[in-house]
Formats: sequence, C-alpha cells, structure tokens
Amino acid sequence: MADHLLIKGGRVVDPSSKTDQVLDVLITNGKIARLAQSIEAENGTTEVLDATGKIVMPGFIDMHVHLREPGFEYKEDIGTGTRAAAMGGFTAVACMPNTQPACDTDTVVGRILERAKQTACVRVYPIGAVTKGRAGKELAEMGEMRAAGAVAFSDDGSPVTSAEVLRCALEYLKSFDAVLIDHPEDLSLSAGGQINYGLISTVTGLRGIPNESEEVAVARDLLIAKLTGGRLHLAHVSTKGSVELIRQAKAKGIRVTCEVTPHHLILTDETVLESGYDTNTKVNPPLRTQEDVAALRQALADGTIDAIATDHAPHHFDEKWVEFDYAEFGISGLETAVSLIIDRLVLPGIIDWMKMAELMSLNPARILGVPGGTLEVGAPGDITIIDPELEYSILPHNFESKGKNTPFVGWRVTGAPYGTIVGGKVVMYDRRLAV
Amino acid sequence: MQFIDKAEIMDVDGIRRALVRIAHEIVEKNKGLEDVVLVGIRRRGVPLARRLAEILKKSEDVDVPVGELDITLYRDDLTLRFEQPHVGSTVLPFDVAGKKVVLVDDVLYTGRTVRAALDAIIDLGRPACIQLAVLVDRGHREIPIRADYVGKNVPTSRKEVINVRLKEYDSIDQVVISEEAQG
Amino acid sequence: MSLRGKDLLSLREMSQEDMELVLSTARSLKEILSRPIKKVPTLRGKVVCNLFYEPSTRTKMSFELAARYMSADPVSFAKETSAMKKGETLADTARNLEAMGVDLVVMRHNVSGSCHFLAKVLDIPVVNAGDGMNEHPTQALLDIFTILDYKSRIRGLKVAIIGDVLHSRVARSNIFGLTKMGAEISVAGPSTLLPPEIEKLGVKAYTRPEEAIEGADVVYVLRLQLERQSKSLFPSQREYSNFFGINRHKLSYAKEDAIVMHPGPMNRGVEITTDIADSPRSVILDQVTSGVAVRMAILYHILGGRD
Repeated sequence: MADHLLIKGGRVVDPSSKTDQVLDVLITNGKIARLAQSIEAENGTTEVLDATGKIVMPGFIDMHVHLREPGFEYKEDIGTGTRAAAMGGFTAVACMPNTQPACDTDTVVGRILERAKQTACVRVYPIGAVTKGRAGKELAEMGEMRAAGAVAFSDDGSPVTSAEVLRCALEYLKSFDAVLIDHPEDLSLSAGGQINYGLISTVTGLRGIPNESEEVAVARDLLIAKLTGGRLHLAHVSTKGSVELIRQAKAKGIRVTCEVTPHHLILTDETVLESGYDTNTKVNPPLRTQEDVAALRQALADGTIDAIATDHAPHHFDEKWVEFDYAEFGISGLETAVSLIIDRLVLPGIIDWMKMAELMSLNPARILGVPGGTLEVGAPGDITIIDPELEYSILPHNFESKGKNTPFVGWRVTGAPYGTIVGGKVVMYDRRLAV
Repeated sequence: MQFIDKAEIMDVDGIRRALVRIAHEIVEKNKGLEDVVLVGIRRRGVPLARRLAEILKKSEDVDVPVGELDITLYRDDLTLRFEQPHVGSTVLPFDVAGKKVVLVDDVLYTGRTVRAALDAIIDLGRPACIQLAVLVDRGHREIPIRADYVGKNVPTSRKEVINVRLKEYDSIDQVVISEEAQG
Repeated sequence: MSLRGKDLLSLREMSQEDMELVLSTARSLKEILSRPIKKVPTLRGKVVCNLFYEPSTRTKMSFELAARYMSADPVSFAKETSAMKKGETLADTARNLEAMGVDLVVMRHNVSGSCHFLAKVLDIPVVNAGDGMNEHPTQALLDIFTILDYKSRIRGLKVAIIGDVLHSRVARSNIFGLTKMGAEISVAGPSTLLPPEIEKLGVKAYTRPEEAIEGADVVYVLRLQLERQSKSLFPSQREYSNFFGINRHKLSYAKEDAIVMHPGPMNRGVEITTDIADSPRSVILDQVTSGVAVRMAILYHILGGRD
C-alpha cells in the first residue's frame, strides 16, 4: 500500500517550472508524484492537507546555519536546530563546520549525519572545513569528507585567510565538483571591530568594521576564482561594494554565487543605537547602512544575489547578556527568516513569491548540488507551505532554537511558514511541530 | 486645589507696625545691635529681613548685616516629595561665628523649616546665639520650637492656609487666611 | 522635568532642560565647597557605589567627595578587566551590589555602551562616569559649567576641540552637550584620530589645529589616549606634539581672552606644553572644582524624592 500525502487547494509557486497556479500536489512514497487541478484522495491511504489560501513551494533550504553540534550543545544541537528549521519553514539546512572539534574529517561528517538520523526532523547537510582545524594552513581531507556526505566546504566563522590556500582549495575541489563557501573578511581591517564603521560607530564609540574589510576579501576571492576556475560561493555579503564586485565578476563569467541574510536586508547599524547597545544587534558582518540595504535589495532583484540564508548563529543568553565588546557575534535566524522576508520584501513588492522560492529553495539546492528545490515529478517530497496573511509578533521565548538572540523581538509581522513537509512527512503544520 | 481668601489678617500698615515692633524688641532684647545679624529664610524671610534692617538703620542708625539662607538641602521631607525642590543659593556676607543671629521667616507653623534653618546655620559656624523672628505664628507645632519675636499670633485650623504677600514678590503687602474651595 | 530615579547615560540622550537644571543646581551647591564644614545632610542614608572597571583618580574621587559633601555614603568597587580574564560578569557584580542596598551606581568601564547595558540590568539608577570611547557626560557637564563661569553663555561661543577625538568619550559628550546649547564646535587632530562622519554631528573638522583654533573662545585639549592606541595611528609622540600639541604659537590663533581646558590627566609636553597648562588662561583646576559641584547636583536630582 502506497504512502500518499495530498496537499489540496494551495497556490503552487515553483520556480523550476515557472509554475504559479492553484494546484493539488500529491506526494507518494516521499516523492512528488503529481500536480493537477484536482486530485482525488484514495480512501484510507492518503493524508490530506488543506492548503486553501496558502502558498505551496518547494522546500526551503537554508544553506548557512550553525547547529553547534558537536561541542557547543549548550548553544544549540542538531535536534533543536532542526526543530527550529521546521518551525521556520525549512526542509533542509546546511551546517557550518565551526564546531568543536571542527568538522574537518570524514569522521566528524559521519558523526553529524548519524546524529541527524537520530535527532533531526529536517534534512541536514554537513559542510566540511577547507583547512585542518579551520586554521587556514593545511587543506583538510575534503575528498574523504565529500565521500562521507559533506556537500560543500568552508572555514566559516573565519575566512580562508591565505590567498594561496584558497587558490589550492578551489583548484582541488574541482576534482570533486564541490563549492567552496568563503566568509569574506580581511581580518586586519576588521580587528577589534564591533559594528559598522561610519556615523554610528562614531556616535556609539564602538569600534567600526569598514565595508572594505569585506570588499577587499570579496575582490581577492573573485580574482582567485577567476584564476582557478573553481566554484566559489560568498557567504553573507553585506555591502554595496561587494554586490557591485560580484555583479561585474558574474558579467565576466566567473563562477561565483553569493547569499545574503534577512537581517542585512532589513536592519541598519542605526538599530544598534536605537536599541541602546542591544548585543543582539551584534553580528558579523555588521549591520550596514541604508545605502547598503538598498544595494542588497537591488542585487536580489537583478539576480546578483543567488540565495537568502539565515547565518543562524544561536548563542546562550549569558553570551549576549554582557558588555557589547564581550558579546558573541550572531543572530538566531531560522525561525524569523521566512516571516521577515515576506513582511519586508514580498508584501511590499520588492521581490515576488517566485523570486522568494528561487532564493530560498531552488538556488540553494543548485549551489549545494543537493536534491530538492523543485516540485517536478520525482523530486523529493520536500515542501514549504506559507500562510501569507497570518499576523503575529516575534517572541523569542517561543523559539524551538536554544538561541533566543534576535534583534527582532516584538516585531509585528505578516506572513508565516504554515507547513513543513520533508520527504512526504509532515514535520510542521499549522505552526505546530508534528514530530 | 483651589484656595479662596477668607479674611485679611494684616494689611500694609499692619505689616509695617509689626515689623517696627519686632525691630524694637530685637534692640531691647540684645541690649543694642552689637554682633546682631539678620538671616532671612528663602524666599519671603529675605525681604522681611531687609525691611527690618531698614527700620533699624532709621531708628538706631546701625547697618545690620543681612544674609539669605536656603534650607532646601536641610529639609526633612526630601525623600517624601515627588519632585526635587529647586536649590537656591545661600549668601551670608559675614561669618556667623560669635554672632547673634536673628532668623527671619514669614510664617511659623510646624517648626520644621526653622529646624532645617538651625542646622544650616550651625553648619556654617558657631553663633553666639540664634533667635527667631516671624511675621505670623499660626500654631500647630510638630517640634519644640518657639519664636522670640512674633508679628501676630493667628489661631488657625490645619485646613487653612496663611498667605503672606509682599511687594517684593507679590506687588501687595498683605497677610490673608484662605481655605480650600468647596465643591 | 525631573531626573529623579533616572539614569544619566549620555548627553546625546539628555535634554537641554535637564542639563540646565543640573547646571543651575550646581551653581547653588558650589558655595558648599568653600564652607568650613563641607557637608549638608541632604542625602543622609543614601549609598552611592563607584563601580570602576578602569583606573581613575580624578573622577572617582570627585564622585566620592560629591557624595560625602551631600552626606551620602560612597563605597567603591574597583576591578581591572580585560576580555581575556573575565571572572564574574558585570551583571552579576551589579546585581549583588543592588542586593546589598546600594541606591545608585556610578560606573566607569572600558567598553562603550556598558552603562546602557548596566541600566538594563539594574532597577536602581546608573550614572555613566565614562564608558569606553562613547561618553563621559558628567565631565562634559562640568566643562560646560566651567565655560559658563568664564564666558557666561554657551550660545554662539566658538569651541575648538583638539587632539585624539577618535578615542575620546570626553569629546563626544562635549560635542553633544555644547551643540545642544548652541556652541559652534570645530575639531582637529590627525586624520587617523578623527572618527568617520564626525561632521554629521554638527561640528567642523580640520586636520590642522590652527584652522580649528582660529577665533576660538575655548580651546579644549584632549588627552592623547596612549592606552587605546592599538594601531599605527601616528608615528611618534614627538611628531604628534609638533603638529597637534597645543603650544603658545597654536594658541595665538584663538581669541585674546580664550580659555584653555583639558579633562586630565595631562600628558605634559605631548598634547599640551607646560607653559600653556600652567598659564593664567588655563582653567584646568577650575574644571576639577566644578566637577564636584556638578556631581553633587546630579546626585541631588537623581537620589532625592521618592518613587
């Protein structure tokens, strides 16, 4: 007897086929089986979800999260992190290797996947370290990690500081057809920095991180990508200059993709001041200026930016309840991203639903080379259902994530993830976890 | 709260006569004016002290020094009030040590203001003695203080308010008794 | 208009009305400093805790004396910190002090914004005695008080602030306070020590001190914060002194009756020459005296009254 899930009456938005119409979606044995105007349920063997008034999209993939396991389970673990992902409408997450120990061997990759099998409720794709211990010196065994299930490589948390090491890594990864995700930052320019360099750093007396600390690294990375022909993905770009450089590089045919976070698309460094030095506004790269936000939004619309990723960086309360300079960088983003993107970008008409699905599902799948990102028949039955009208307040104490560190506390938003379906299995529906 | 005047207790002449009498009593009690200084308690004690000095100048041909005392910092009700009162300045153009200090105020009521003034004076030095002159004594003392010189004793109820109006601040010389308006 | 029970964190956030209230009270209270018995009973029974995470002699002593002159009891808690050796958190330390019955915390801290953080942690009022490179509001209030002593007004005065503006919380507080009260401010220092977009705060910025000092009524010399110079911002103290230090020649660009100020402690021979520091135009010691009166006024307004 087949296992069927039928999602009825939703507006299906699938960028892989440019579909945007009200359709029923049938998932059979964990795979997309049929899309049609009216599909009848087979009695007894079909679970039916009513998606009337909702939007049905290929499952969202967050290609940049920190699940903190192994080593920092007090901040987050694979169980809580993936439950946060499910609540946030993500059917898959790619987790960064800055764990303890760093994810720099096939053993750690295997361990993460094993733990995911035991505790995760969405798909978990490990990202392996580029260098041993993420120390930036010697290449880690990326081939072995690839074979063990790593989908991409990054020293995130830190840049690949040596241009020569980056060059070798990009060259080497060509043999394994994997993408290298760099965290673009010139550490000498950002040293000691807490927030964006500019008027707000002047007013607050907090040390500034100039846009150029990112742009110098972006320019270098693009040149090395050109030199090697390797596949480069730039994490969390935050400045006008960065997207200009990437736009030019893409025009020249350099193989580069990039992502942006919801907070860099929505907040500016003025939030630091307005919040009275709230450490939840402390994030790396820092919140920039209105000019940068405008440039990032433009780059979303014109395709320069390929993906929206949360850079979900959960921290313990104690690590944020300290003086600004002593606080950790990072924002817990999995459970706010979808609502913020809808409320601030889709409903105001800056991007449409199709573009949102492309940025949060199709493109991340393609960049990482993982299944999903599409509702074509035979694809995994990973689906995100959106309620475009639900209005609510962001309250971190309700987060599934252990990290309550968000600068969006109390924000009133419209639009929310309504259902998360992974491989035909409902993991979240009607804003409640089903696992 | 709205207060309405009920009765005039002293008019311009009444105030003048009372001050003249107090001035004479000061001379009599101190057997002259040697070492006598007048210290007005802010605000309305200050013009009264100046008027006493003028009267003494006319009758005795002596310049009695006048000081101004702000007792805000010595109040015992600072932590009971919702707003911090304005701190005025204390100006004593003389050293109080060894002087016969005559404190001057408009109304003597609970005695707490005088208590604060005594502390304030003593913090500034050790006078030979301190005396108290008031224009009106309305009773209801809460601490054991009495005036040496009184312009007029006025029996009052606690509901009533004595308003001393002086030309220097109020464009009229008058003491009235008023009460909270009903309804 | 009331400061009762409130925090005093920055002049950026303080209203002009509140600033003037403090200044006018300080004017009345200054007389107490010249009395034989320097004590009024006003704040009897109140406890003021000086929580100092950075060394300070002047500010700490000034707050202590201000508390004593008002009959409050000052207690001190000094602690050297660095990001490396943390120990007890600031929040825990402060909550402990509060639990012991302290009525107000005066804090000096090496990290910008720490007083804002402390104010979120504590129910009792917090007074900023200097936080990192952010603000030092009581210093600026005493500076404004001192300027008023000599110039009787702030509106329209030309104030030149010279030196290490980047690292200076004194500069920031003075810029916010003085511009609010109508002064025209120019700043000057080596470009590496001028913070970005400083002119957006309503001041004129120069890289040559002579230009900023031209026609000034007040020349405010900033301390070169040697302890905060983590990068190669200028080549040597000798070169700094030659180009940016205040000496007789540079001061000649100011008005005849211009006064010279400095927040202390001075690096004599670096940002200011000894002959200027000790000249009759220097009002540096008046600043120190005013500081006590201003802090008495602040304690009076914040601690008096009831909740």
